[in-house]
Amino acid sequence: MIEVSLKGTAGSFGLDASFSVPAQGVTAIWGPSGSGKTTLLRAMAGLTRLAGYVRIGADVWQDRQRFVPVHKRRIGYVFQEASLLPHLSVRGNLDFALKRNGDHTVDFDGLVERLKLSALLNRSVGRLSGGERQRVALARALMSAPEILLMDEPLSSLDGEAKAEIVPMIASLSRDTALPVLYVSHDAYEVERLADRVLRMSKGRIIETPDTAFNASLDGLSEAQVRALAEAALKAGIKV
Amino acid sequence: MTDIASAIHVTVLLATVTTLSLLVIATPIGWWLSRNRSLFKDIITAIIALPIVLPPTVLGFYLLVAMGPKSPLMVLLHPFGIRTLNFSFAGLVIGSVIYSLPFAIQPIRNAFESLGRRPFDVAATLRATPLDTFFTVALPMARKGFLTAALLVFAHTVGEFGVVLMIGGAIPGKTEVVSIRIWQLVEQLDWPNAHRLAGGLLVFAFCVLLSLLLIDRRWSQRHD
Repeated sequence: MIEVSLKGTAGSFGLDASFSVPAQGVTAIWGPSGSGKTTLLRAMAGLTRLAGYVRIGADVWQDRQRFVPVHKRRIGYVFQEASLLPHLSVRGNLDFALKRNGDHTVDFDGLVERLKLSALLNRSVGRLSGGERQRVALARALMSAPEILLMDEPLSSLDGEAKAEIVPMIASLSRDTALPVLYVSHDAYEVERLADRVLRMSKGRIIETPDTAFNASLDGLSEAQVRALAEAALKAGIKV
Repeated sequence: MTDIASAIHVTVLLATVTTLSLLVIATPIGWWLSRNRSLFKDIITAIIALPIVLPPTVLGFYLLVAMGPKSPLMVLLHPFGIRTLNFSFAGLVIGSVIYSLPFAIQPIRNAFESLGRRPFDVAATLRATPLDTFFTVALPMARKGFLTAALLVFAHTVGEFGVVLMIGGAIPGKTEVVSIRIWQLVEQLDWPNAHRLAGGLLVFAFCVLLSLLLIDRRWSQRHD
């Protein structure tokens, strides 16, 4: 499970967000801009310090007593815009992550091929297109052998074509690597394509989780109707 | 060695030692100033900038006092057989370092400040420790600031006159630098040699300023 409960002021509004989701698949954090999605993600990474609790699987990164510094959390973070280290080549950026991943084995060539970076390895990062840059950023995050991938609107500055290329890559990566992904976005298309579940955010709060969404869909039904639905679902072989 | 050759030798040596010392000294100070936002920081910044506005004679005077045999600082060195640093090459280096301090700190600090927060966030998420990040991200990304600082300090030290005259005393072969030699040559009405040295410094100063501009141009192209 991924369990998060964070509270504090960040910028002009108060953030007070709690959720708990399975540590698998893609969880989208969805909401209008300015609703605190980025702050929540940064606080989970430890980049912004808020009071609260963060647990990923068996690792508690933050609670009342402790605050694990960012560089000791096994996160892969993909930022909204150009975050590649400009003094290093594409390969240099990937190596930077690889060298510091605590001796975990990572399939360098496999990842490079998957994200179609073979031809770019020796290029300076100043000469990449927006889409190429985010593919490098994604590969770099994965080179660090993370326990969880945090993506902060990684496609928001890209054009439709580049988006259409990367979205399936992210989808297949999370499927094949069993790496849990938290995906911040305000774009309904991306959320639709990628998310296994959605957390809706507004004004610093999570206003809808998969549970509340499910409960809401049952609103106004009689007990007999709910029972009938449940039986039908069981017969159909429901997957949770 | 002729007086002119030894003056050039002392000048180049002084400028080199001063530049290297200042790169080491200014890096932590520039880093600290770039990371900090307090009133205390403004006070420090003002103190560091003092050599820009003070007449060199004022700075030279205080240094003369501070490095004289009766100063409390020198008293600490007496057990080691050092009574004064005035009129010595070491004293000259200390004076030059203080005189050029703002020219080293300003570009380095600016370079660190212009990095913003993002590279540090990125490095931390890639599990680089703060020290690791400093050496593998901050320093290489700020290299233009270091190059600028080195050139400015070297040139500024070569261009010193007042401070080195007061604390160095113009001892040929030891503390007499080119700028002072020129003054002596003019006093002796040795115009041909004064011409030669002055012309040399003029060309040198022009080359330094031109290379600063070229560095700037090359870097801005790279980031386009």
